[in-house]
Amino acid sequence: MRKRSRKFVAKILGRLWRLFRRWLFLTLSIGPMPEHIAFILDGNRRYAKKKNLKMGAGHNVGFNSLVVVLRYCYELGVEYVTVYAFSIDNFRRKPEEVKGLMALMKEKIDELLEEDTIVHKFGLRIKFWGNLDMLSEPARVAAERAMAATANNTGPVLSVCVAYTSTNEIVRAIKKSCSTKRDETAEGSLGFTGDPLRDGACGSIAVADMEDNLDSADCPDPDIIIRTSGETRLSNFLLWQSTLTHLQNPIPLWPEFSLRNLIWAILEYQRVYPYFEARRRGLAK
Amino acid sequence: MDLARENTWVWIPLPQKFQAPMILKLILGFCWYLLHLMVNLRHMGSSVNDLLFSYIISMGLLLKHQNLQLDELNSLAVVVDSEEAKNTTKIKQLLCWLSSIGIKYVILYDMQGVLKQTIRTDLESLTNTSMTPCSVVDAKMVTSLFHFEKMAIEIISLADGKEGVAKAASFLYSEHMKDDSEICYRSEPDFTESDVANALKATGSAGAEPDLLLVYGPARCHLGFPAWRLRYTEIVHMGRLRSMKFAVIVKTMHDFSKKHQNYGK
Repeated sequence: MRKRSRKFVAKILGRLWRLFRRWLFLTLSIGPMPEHIAFILDGNRRYAKKKNLKMGAGHNVGFNSLVVVLRYCYELGVEYVTVYAFSIDNFRRKPEEVKGLMALMKEKIDELLEEDTIVHKFGLRIKFWGNLDMLSEPARVAAERAMAATANNTGPVLSVCVAYTSTNEIVRAIKKSCSTKRDETAEGSLGFTGDPLRDGACGSIAVADMEDNLDSADCPDPDIIIRTSGETRLSNFLLWQSTLTHLQNPIPLWPEFSLRNLIWAILEYQRVYPYFEARRRGLAK
Repeated sequence: MDLARENTWVWIPLPQKFQAPMILKLILGFCWYLLHLMVNLRHMGSSVNDLLFSYIISMGLLLKHQNLQLDELNSLAVVVDSEEAKNTTKIKQLLCWLSSIGIKYVILYDMQGVLKQTIRTDLESLTNTSMTPCSVVDAKMVTSLFHFEKMAIEIISLADGKEGVAKAASFLYSEHMKDDSEICYRSEPDFTESDVANALKATGSAGAEPDLLLVYGPARCHLGFPAWRLRYTEIVHMGRLRSMKFAVIVKTMHDFSKKHQNYGK
C-alpha cells in the first residue's frame, strides 16, 4: 500500500516536473533561440576523482548527463548539437584509458541505436566528425553504422567529434579542396561565379572551397560553445566555425551540468544576441 | 563606471509562432523579462565585485598580485570589437599598461582592420629598426610587426584569418601541381599539419600562437582571430574597452600564471 502510494506520488511529481519544464521552455522561446549549440565535455575524470569512482566511471556518468542535456536541447527546439567527445590529443593518454574510451564509445553508440532512446524519440540524425580512421576498428564500424542507420531521419542533428581537432579538419579540407580543384582543372570544368570569395584567383583555393570540404559543411556555425569545468580555452575545437560564436565556460564539471546551467547559457546568449546579429549583418555586407 | 550601461537589456517582440491566447503570451513575456532581470542583476553584482577587487588590487593590498610570474606568457593577443577599436586613446593606454607589466609580444586584432588604419601609423613612427629583434616570432613571417618600448606588436584582422589559410592552401596546391606524376593525379595530396604551417609561413600568414587572449567587447567571442593560432589559447572576456582597468589586467595575468594545461593528456 505504501509502495503504491509512493509510486503514485512519484508519477504526479514527474508530471508536474514535465509541465514546469514545458512552461520554462515556452518562456525561453519568447527570445531568440540558438540553432546550434556545441559542448566541450570537460571534467569527467575530475568528477570521478571527486566522487571516488574508479577510472572510466566518470565517462559513464558523463554519457548519462549528455543524454539528458541532449533531450533538453531538442525539447527547446535546438536543431544542431555538436559534442567534443574525443580529441586527437587524447590518444596521448595511457593506452588502457584510450582502450577503455574506445570500448565505451562503441557500447554507447550501440545503445543509442536501440529502440526507445532519444534517437528514435526525436528522429535524430547522428554524424561523426573527425579522422575516423584513427579510431579502433569496432568503434569506427559502430560510428559508420550509426551514421548509416540515421541518415534518412529528418529530426535534429547530433554531431559527435571523435579523433577530431580543428587543425586536422582544416588539413583534410585543404586536401579535399586540392583534389577537387585538380580534377576540375583536368576536366576543364572550372566555372567562375564572379564572387571573389568563391573563385579566388584562377586555379587557387578559395575560402568557400575549404568551407565546402569541412566536416561541418552542411551545418550552420555554432551560436554557443559551452566548455564546462570553468576552463577558458577551446582546445582545438571548431576554431574555424566560431567567428561569431558566444563562448561560455560554466564552472560545473560536465557530469554536473544540469538543466539550470543550460537555461542560464541560453539566457546569456539571448542577452548578447543583438550584438552578434549586428556583427553578422556587418560581415554579410 | 556606469553599471547600467554595462548590462544590455534585450527587447525582442513576441514571435508570431505562438498560437496562444494573448493573455498567455503576456504572462510568458512577463516571465521572460523576470528571467532576464535575474541575469542582469547577477551581472551587476559581478561588476560590483570586480570593481571592489580592482580597487583592492590597485591599493596594493593583495601581495600575490604584486609579483607576477609571466614566464609562461610568451605572447598575448588582444581582440577588440571594431567599434570600440576606434577609441585609439584607450588602445594606446592599454599598450602602455601591457608594456609596464612586462609583456614582450602583443597581437592586436579587430575584425574590420580598424586598428591597422589607426594605430599602425603611430606605431610605424615609433618603431626603431635598431631595436633588439623580436625573439617570439621570425619578423619575416609577419607582415605588420612594430615595436613599442620593449614590446613587439603585431596587428592583424579578419583578412589574416580564413583568407590567410586559403592562401596557404593555394600555395600547397600550386606546389602539388608541379608534380606531373600519375600517382599525384590519382590520389589525394598527402599534406600534414606541418606542411600547412610551413605554407602559412611562406605566404606571410603565420605568427605566434598567443598563450592568452583578452577580449574587449560586449561578449566573449574571438571574432575570427586566425584559427590556426588559437589551439590552446586561454580566452578571457575583459568587458568593454571604455571600462578597462589596470587592476583587472593584473588579476587576469595572475590567474593565467596559475593555469595548468595537460594538452589533452
